[in-house]
Amino acid sequence: MVARKILENLDFRIEEAEDGQKALEACQRRMPDAVLLDWNMPVKNGIEFLKDLRATPDGERPIVVFCTTEDDLAHIQEAISAGANEYIMKPFDSEIIQSKFSLAGLL
Amino acid sequence: MNVSDFEMISRLVKERSGLLLTEDKAYLMASRLNPVARRHDFKGFDELAKAVRLHGDEGLLRDVTDAMTTNESFFFRDAAPFDHFRDLILPHMLEHRSSQRSFRVWCAACSSGQEPYSLAMILKENEAHFAGWNIEILATDLSRAILFKAVEGAYSQFEVQRGLPIRLLIKYFKKDDDRWRIDESIRRMVTYRPFNLLDDPSSIGQCDVVFCRNVLIYFDLPTKSAVLDRIAGIMPPDGFLCLGGAETVLGVSNRVRVMPGLRGVYGLAEEGSGDLALAAG
Repeated sequence: MVARKILENLDFRIEEAEDGQKALEACQRRMPDAVLLDWNMPVKNGIEFLKDLRATPDGERPIVVFCTTEDDLAHIQEAISAGANEYIMKPFDSEIIQSKFSLAGLL
Repeated sequence: MNVSDFEMISRLVKERSGLLLTEDKAYLMASRLNPVARRHDFKGFDELAKAVRLHGDEGLLRDVTDAMTTNESFFFRDAAPFDHFRDLILPHMLEHRSSQRSFRVWCAACSSGQEPYSLAMILKENEAHFAGWNIEILATDLSRAILFKAVEGAYSQFEVQRGLPIRLLIKYFKKDDDRWRIDESIRRMVTYRPFNLLDDPSSIGQCDVVFCRNVLIYFDLPTKSAVLDRIAGIMPPDGFLCLGGAETVLGVSNRVRVMPGLRGVYGLAEEGSGDLALAAG
């Protein structure tokens, strides 16, 4: 995964989850500092995951950055309303990831 | 490309824009001028160089100069100068321009418009404090082609993802096919016109805040000094000058001074904004 390599180069430790439900369970076990989130995920999509995360104890804490091919204003507004901190439209490169993580206060 | 052509075009670009092209930029010259050659129906760089040498028409000389200028820009570039603008410069203007209720901002090398639009968005976000004020943002650039893009206010997905917080994208941009178009209310806040930093800026008029970022680095020392001195000449005693992170006034101009604690922000050497510098330090 391209994003994983970019973030590892920025000294983030990465844990991956294969679907939205497993991502939520991973957060409930150990809350991360940041979540990079796709919109279209199996089992539980990005918005459902985010709403559940924000309703979880300590789930307000992680910075959540969407990273998705959904690039229209309606999707972006929905993500921000649901509690996303930043939003990356694919395709992206390391410069965009760095810029967005800086804006979100992660760098 | 032969050395003589490189030197001849370097000289032209330096005379017309101040831009210093060192020999290691020969590859850049070739890659940027080949499209200009095609646009002017020359067979290639050599033929273009010949036409320039024979004092080509103004359009050709302008296109050659434009092509050699660097127009990289992005929203809220380096963040800090824009934080200083919002947190220190605007409160200063609010206090010290309250009688005339107006001030002017000049973006002296605005490129494709991201810098003046970033300032306009900050002003829009703070408009409640400035109700009834007349705040002018004048944005200039040497390149008419890049000004055309700036006036249009439409950016690629890549451009709106460099430095622009998503909340401002939602608030001030609309998607227009594969471009993101800035809201008319922001676009109208900025006035654009061509201006060459080598020229006398008295026609610009007095400016309370000058952003001249990431352009002096391309000039030689005498040009940097002259440009800084001329900018200082149109600033009021408590004016603010914002330069790029890699630029300095030390050893370049004695009319402009560093403001302690405000990286990238400078004041006039005579007197003026010392109170603000102390407050920030």
